[in-house]
Amino acid sequence: MQPLPEATFHILMAVADEDRHGYGIIQDVLTSTNGKLKLSAGTLYRSIQRMLEQGLLVETRERPEDHDERRRYYRITPLGREVAKAEAQRLQQLVRLARRSGFAPGRA
Amino acid sequence: MYRALLRLYPKSFRGEYESEMCAVFAQRSRDSSGPFGILALWIETFLDVLLNAARVHLDILAQDLRYFGRTVRQSTGYALTVVGIAGLGIGATTAAYSITDHVLLRPLPFPDAGRLVAIWEKETRYSRFELSPANYRDWKAQSKSFESFGAYTSLSANLAGQGEPERLAYAAVTSEVLPLIGVRPVLGRWFSEDEDRQGAAGTVILSYSLWQAKFGGTASVLGRKLLLDDTPCTVIGVMPAGFAFPRRQADIWLPMRAFGQFGGAFEDQDRTNTFLTGVAKLRPGVTLEQANAELRLIAAQIARQYPKELKNVSAGAYNLRDDAISDQSKTMLIALLGASLCVLLIACTNLANLLLARALARRKELAVRSAMGAGRERLVRQLLTESLLLAMAGGVLGIIIAMWSTPLFGALVPTNLPVVALPSADGRVLSFGALATVLTGLAFGVLPALRVTAGADLREGSRSGVGGRKERLRGALVVAEIAASVVLLVSAGLLIRAMSKVQGIDPGFRAEHVLTLRTPVTGARYEKTVPRVAFYKRVLDQVRTLPGVESAAYISQLPMVWRGGIFAVTVDRQQAADPSSQRASMRFVSPDFFRTLSIPLHLGRDVAESDGITSPLAAVVSESFARQYWPDENPIGKQFNFAYEDRTVIGVVGDIRVRGLERSSEPQVYLPYAQLKDGWFAGYVPQDLAIRTSQGDPLQLAPAVRKIISQAEPQLPVTNVRLLSEIVAGETASRRAQLVVLGGFAGIAFLLAAIGIHGLLAYAVSQRTQEIGVRMALGATRSNILRLIVGDALILATVGIVAGAAVAYGAGLELQSLLAGLSPRDLDAFSAGILLSLLMTIAGSILPAMRAVRVDPATALRSE
Repeated sequence: MQPLPEATFHILMAVADEDRHGYGIIQDVLTSTNGKLKLSAGTLYRSIQRMLEQGLLVETRERPEDHDERRRYYRITPLGREVAKAEAQRLQQLVRLARRSGFAPGRA
Repeated sequence: MYRALLRLYPKSFRGEYESEMCAVFAQRSRDSSGPFGILALWIETFLDVLLNAARVHLDILAQDLRYFGRTVRQSTGYALTVVGIAGLGIGATTAAYSITDHVLLRPLPFPDAGRLVAIWEKETRYSRFELSPANYRDWKAQSKSFESFGAYTSLSANLAGQGEPERLAYAAVTSEVLPLIGVRPVLGRWFSEDEDRQGAAGTVILSYSLWQAKFGGTASVLGRKLLLDDTPCTVIGVMPAGFAFPRRQADIWLPMRAFGQFGGAFEDQDRTNTFLTGVAKLRPGVTLEQANAELRLIAAQIARQYPKELKNVSAGAYNLRDDAISDQSKTMLIALLGASLCVLLIACTNLANLLLARALARRKELAVRSAMGAGRERLVRQLLTESLLLAMAGGVLGIIIAMWSTPLFGALVPTNLPVVALPSADGRVLSFGALATVLTGLAFGVLPALRVTAGADLREGSRSGVGGRKERLRGALVVAEIAASVVLLVSAGLLIRAMSKVQGIDPGFRAEHVLTLRTPVTGARYEKTVPRVAFYKRVLDQVRTLPGVESAAYISQLPMVWRGGIFAVTVDRQQAADPSSQRASMRFVSPDFFRTLSIPLHLGRDVAESDGITSPLAAVVSESFARQYWPDENPIGKQFNFAYEDRTVIGVVGDIRVRGLERSSEPQVYLPYAQLKDGWFAGYVPQDLAIRTSQGDPLQLAPAVRKIISQAEPQLPVTNVRLLSEIVAGETASRRAQLVVLGGFAGIAFLLAAIGIHGLLAYAVSQRTQEIGVRMALGATRSNILRLIVGDALILATVGIVAGAAVAYGAGLELQSLLAGLSPRDLDAFSAGILLSLLMTIAGSILPAMRAVRVDPATALRSE
C-alpha cells in the first residue's frame, strides 16, 4: 500500500472532527504536533487542491457560528475517512513490525 | 507584494486559493513579531511559493500528459498527421536555415574572422580584379590600417611520384597569409619569411585530406619531398581537417616566391600584370570604411605616378566572406529561407485548421470539463500542452528531415567560400530547430485553443448549425495557404522559365558528341614549345586514328572552363580612346579546333601545322572582332597588334560564348599553337584536348585516349575527363540546384495546401450534412449541392490566388538577379502557378463534394 503524503494525513486528521479553514488547519497541525510540523500556505493549498480532486475533502457552505464568512471551509468526506483509517492501520502495522524487531518499545 | 508572488502559480490555482492564501499570510504576519520574525516569514514564504508553484505546474502537466496520452491512443491517425505536417514544415525551415547560416550568417571558421578582408584592384568598368605585385608591394608598405597584409594566387600543379600522377589545387601564398588567417597547422608549422624568398628551396604545406589520402596520416610526412610540377618541395606542415582557404578546394599551399614560380613576375615592376589577391587583417578598431578610404588615397597617389598603366585603377577592401558570395547566391539563399518560411506558414495554418476541426469536435468533452469546474485558462493550457507536444514530436522528425536533406542544398554553397561544403548540425542549427518547433506549436495551438474555449461556445449546443465566425477563421487560414503556395509555385515557375531561357542560348559551338580532357603540361619540363608541340602532334595523330573519332584538337583552355585570358587590341598603332572597349580573349589552338567544336569558318582558313614559329604570326578572329575593327572591309590579311606582337588575320569564325551562357563575351582571337614562344604566356599553354566522335558514347573513348597520353608522357596526369555537353550543362547547374530546392518547397506547399482545402471542406460538409439534407429535401439537385461545395472552395481559391499573385510579383522583383533577364511578370509562370492552384483547389474539394452529393436527406434529417 502506498503511504499517504504526510501533509495529506495531517490535514485529514485536522478536519476529522470539525470543518476548518486553511489557517485553522495550519494551527491545528501545529498544536497537535507540538510545533514540529508547520505547514506552509503553498503546501497546504496544493495538498487541498489534490485532496479535493481525489475526493478526500469537500468545501462546505455551512459555517460554524462566529466564523469568518469569507473563508473557505473544508470538510472530510467518507472517502477521506476511509483513507485516513487505512493509513492509520498501515502505520499501526508498521509499528507492530517495528516492535517485533525491537526497534520500538512495547509488546508485539 | 505577496499577491504578486502568487502570480507564479497557474491561474486556475490562483483563482481558487489566492484570497485564502493571502488571508493565511496576513494572519501569519500578524502572529510573527519583531523585524527578524517578519524577515524569516518572508524568506520562508518566498521559498514556499517557488517550490509549491513549480509543483502545482508539474501536477497540471502530469495531468495534461495523461490526458494527452489517452487522446493520442484514441486517434493515432490524427496525431501522426499532425506530427508529419509539423515535421515537414520544421524540417524545411531548419534545413534552409542551416544552409543560410552556414553561408551568410556564421563568421568564417577563422579567429577574428570579422577583421579579415580581401583586397582587389578596382576599375571603373570591371568591378574588381587582381593586384599586380608592384601595386601589392606599394599598398602594403604605405597602408597603416592593417595588422598584416599578404597576397595569394590560386593555381594548380601536377603531383608526381605518389602513386597515380595527380592534379592538385594549390594556393601560392606570401608568408603573411597563413598566420593572418590564424589557423595553426595540426602538424609542423607555417612558412617562414626565409622560405618565401626568391631562390628559396621548395616547401609545401598539405591539406588534411591530401595528407590522409596520400600519406596515410602519418607524422613522418614532415620532411618528405614531393615532386610538384617537377620541382622537389619539402613538406613542412599539415593544416587541420576542414581548413579551406582561399576556396573550398585547396590541396596544398606553397610560398609565393619560392623557386621562381612566376618567373620572377612577383618581383617585377609591371603594373598591368595582375594575378594576386590581397588578404589582410584590419588593426583592432579600424573599420572597413577607414581602411578603404586609406587604400583609395594610396592607390590614387600611385596611379598618378603611372597614369597610363593605372588609368581608372583604384583599390577596394571587402569583408572576406561577403567577397566570396555573389549577389545571386545571396538572393537565392534568402529566397530559399523565404520559401521555407512559406512552407512553415502553410504547415502551421494547416495544423491550426486540423486542430480547430478537432477541437470543435471535442467541444462536448471540453464542455463537460468546463462544467466540472475547469476554467478557460485551464482548458487553453491543456490544448496548448497538446499542441506543443505534437509540435515537439514534429520537431524531432523535422530535425531528422533537415539533417537528411541538407546535402541536397550543398550545391547552393558557393565553392569560393573558404568553408567546408556542408554545414554540420550543431548547437546553432538545433536551437533554431527547437525555436521553430516551439513557435510552430504555439502558432498552430493558440488560435484553436482560444477560439474553441471562447466564452459561451462552451455550452455545447446540440444543434449542429454552422458557426459562421469559425468558418471564416478557417477559411482565412486556407486562403493564407493558397496564397503562400501560389507564391512558391510562381517563383519556381519563374526559375524554370529563366533556366530554359538560359539553356536556349546558343553557345556558338555544338557541344554534343565531344569528349574533353585536360593534360596539364605545366612546369619547367614543358616550357619549350617545340617538344610540347611534338607531344600534341603525337597525341592528336594517334587519337584521330581511334574508331569513331571525327576530329581532335588542343586549345589553351576550353570556353566556359576558362572565362578570362583577355588582351588589349590595337589596330594601326592607334591607342584606343577607351582601352577597355578594345579587348579580346586569346587562345592558342591546334589545327582542326573549329571543326572539332563545330564553330563555323566564315572566311579564310583554319590555323595549319605550317603556321610555325618561323612563319608570319597568324590569327583567326571571330566575326564580332572583324566587324568591330574592319566593319566594311575584307578582314583577311589585315594586321593588328595583340599580346605584344603584330598578327595577321588568316580566317574569320563564328562567335562563341567564352564567358558562359549568361554573360556577354569579348571578341575572340585564336593563335596557332606552334606560335607560342618558349616561356611566354604560361597560362595559355594548350592543355585541353577536345575530341569529336561520330557515334556512341564519347566517354567510352577515354581509356584509349588515356593510354595514348601515358605512352607519350608517363608522368602527366589526365584530369577533367568529361563531355563538352556537361561543361555547357554546368552553366545551368546552379540554376538546376536552385530549382530543385525551390521546386521541392513548392511541391510540399502544394501538397499541404491541397490537404488543407480538403480538410476544411470535409469538415464543412460533415457539419452541414443536415443543411444539405434539408436543401435536397426541398428539391436541390445534386449539381446544386456540388456547386455549393465547390463554389465555396473556388471563392477561397480566388481570394488566395489574388493575394498570392501580388506577393509573387514582389518575390519575382526580389529574384530578378536570378531570372536571366526574364520579366518578373512573366505570363507563363503566373498562369501555370495560378492554374495549378486552381487544380489543387478542385482536387482538394472533389472528395468532400462527392460525400455531400451522396448525402441521403432522410438520414441527415433523422440524425437531428
